[in-house]
Amino acid sequence: MSPYAIHAEGLRKRYGDTVAVDGVDLAVPQGSVYGFLGPNGAGKTTTIRMLATLVRPTARTARIFGHDVVADADAVRARISLTGQYASVDDDLTGWENLVLMGRLLGHRHRAAAGRARELLAAFGLEAAARRRVKRYSGGMRRRLDIAASIVVTPDLLFLDEPTTGLDPRSRTRVWDIVRELARGGTTVLLTTQYLEEADRLADRLAVIDRGRVIAEGTTAELKRSVATGAVHVRLRDPARREDAARILTRVLAVPVHHEEDPAALSAGLDDPARAGAALSLLACAGIAVSDFSLGRPSLDEVFLALTGQHTAPGPRQEATA
Amino acid sequence: MPPTPRPARHCQPGHAPPAPAAALAFAWRAALRIRHLPDQLFDVTVFPLMMLVMFTYLFGGALAGSTGEYLQSVLPGILVMTVTMTTQSTAVALNTDIAKGVFDRFRSLPIWRPAPVAGALLADLGRYAIAATMIMGLGVLLGFRPAAGPTGVLAGVGLVLLFAWSLSWVWTSLGLLARTPESVMFLGILVTFPMSFVSNVFVDPATLPGWLEAFVDVNPVTHLVTAVRGLMHGEPVTTETGWVLATCAALVAVFAPLTMRLYRRER
Ligand SMILES: Nc1ncnc2c1ncn2[C@@H]1O[C@H](COP(=O)(O)OP(=O)(O)O)[C@@H](O)[C@H]1O
Ligand SMILES: [Mg+2]
Repeated sequence: MSPYAIHAEGLRKRYGDTVAVDGVDLAVPQGSVYGFLGPNGAGKTTTIRMLATLVRPTARTARIFGHDVVADADAVRARISLTGQYASVDDDLTGWENLVLMGRLLGHRHRAAAGRARELLAAFGLEAAARRRVKRYSGGMRRRLDIAASIVVTPDLLFLDEPTTGLDPRSRTRVWDIVRELARGGTTVLLTTQYLEEADRLADRLAVIDRGRVIAEGTTAELKRSVATGAVHVRLRDPARREDAARILTRVLAVPVHHEEDPAALSAGLDDPARAGAALSLLACAGIAVSDFSLGRPSLDEVFLALTGQHTAPGPRQEATA
Repeated sequence: MPPTPRPARHCQPGHAPPAPAAALAFAWRAALRIRHLPDQLFDVTVFPLMMLVMFTYLFGGALAGSTGEYLQSVLPGILVMTVTMTTQSTAVALNTDIAKGVFDRFRSLPIWRPAPVAGALLADLGRYAIAATMIMGLGVLLGFRPAAGPTGVLAGVGLVLLFAWSLSWVWTSLGLLARTPESVMFLGILVTFPMSFVSNVFVDPATLPGWLEAFVDVNPVTHLVTAVRGLMHGEPVTTETGWVLATCAALVAVFAPLTMRLYRRER
């Protein structure tokens, strides 16, 4: 059996003059959450649709658990589930009916399908809305129902195409919890996103895709290390101690320290965040009071910027304030 | 409260349902949609009843001397017309599914691939049967007296349902081909209106100008109406029935494979 849930080499898709996907290589290990990060129009959806047997590649092919997506599409479909970019539940039916329909289509008898539907609605916090038509659901509820419909029979591989785009922060967190729970249960998840934070929080590994090509691949830590360095910002209670503080920081961080416009503030680039802790305690030992200390973790946006020269969609910047 | 989706206990991945079960599940979906949107049934309930009453009393006196007599010939015509005009709703529903992305999910399931189309057509037969029941019921109340009795009526209704089902394949092709549900609806009206009205449903074709009469004579609806009238009133219509059956066979032979091809086609 193939060790990879997804294995593609040189996958291409052309629509007329547009090359939507331009030679994508992917090797997604089983049981992992794999992020597919890229801006709008990068080719994420097209790649997912090829992997989910909905679109035929223009060149080359891919294997899902060793099955060819073109030649052996039925075997692939038996192992996967797709939650598309736009919610693909029936607006005119209730949440419960949508899930029962999926259960029946997947070979459950009506009673078993009804039981599973109830179970999923409860798990996804949709019990109260079970008998309401999906048309009247909020964006977050609809997304959760959409994901529930994809796991009526737990798939071995789940494709989630931008599962949290357009959701409020609370709904987003719920979707993240669902993804983590599924991964814990052994489902491999391929998740596309435009949000750096999302890939960072959920994915074990990720591929950065731009204009149909994978421009970087690795764990989030590897990607960050390969490009970006973080920065430490310190604000002192007493501006008079700035020179002392600068000397200490230069020694322990072994990098040049920058004097900010604010007369009490200093900043420095940082390769190893662990040293920030040491710097903080040395300042304390020297009796220099710190009013504000922040460690700007390198964001994936910086990674993206360095790789492509463009910013991705605006996501919340990650800053850990000590 | 974090949600805790658990694996399904009842069914392992890879157990595709048998083809009829999948089609039945889609038919169930269509039935649910009707329950939630009962106005979807207007075209097979209110509309035909209104047509029947309206035409019987409006034209009966002028066209056939008496309403009672006109009813005998117009009822089979209205049955055919209603069912023909309602066949296009399949196409609209199918196209809406595609536009909304519901179809992507269905197409990525390990099910018998034509099941969504087959299920929709199955549900449509139900709709046509409702229309037929409504019209026959009201017709009998108003004084429709088929000479061939219940057997003749059943044969006539059966032929109408067969024709409608065959014609539906044209619409499934169109539903898969068209870009928007609105264009499907427009095309549907463009075809079914002339097909229904420029026929022998309401008037005797002999009273029409020659060029129009020529169209009426080749219109399959005309043959169907003649055949259904004959079957219900016990007149010999073997030739007409043969024509209708041949038309049905031709429609299915061309448009069923076309629908399947369009269905498999990627979007
Ligand atoms: N069916 C299609 N026909 C023509 N062009 C398409 C089609 N689908 C996608 N594209 C084009 O391919 C490119 C990649 O699109 P997509 O895969 O949707 O990107 P993403 O999901 O990353 O936003 C875009 O330029 C898009 O316009
Ligand atoms: Mg997309």
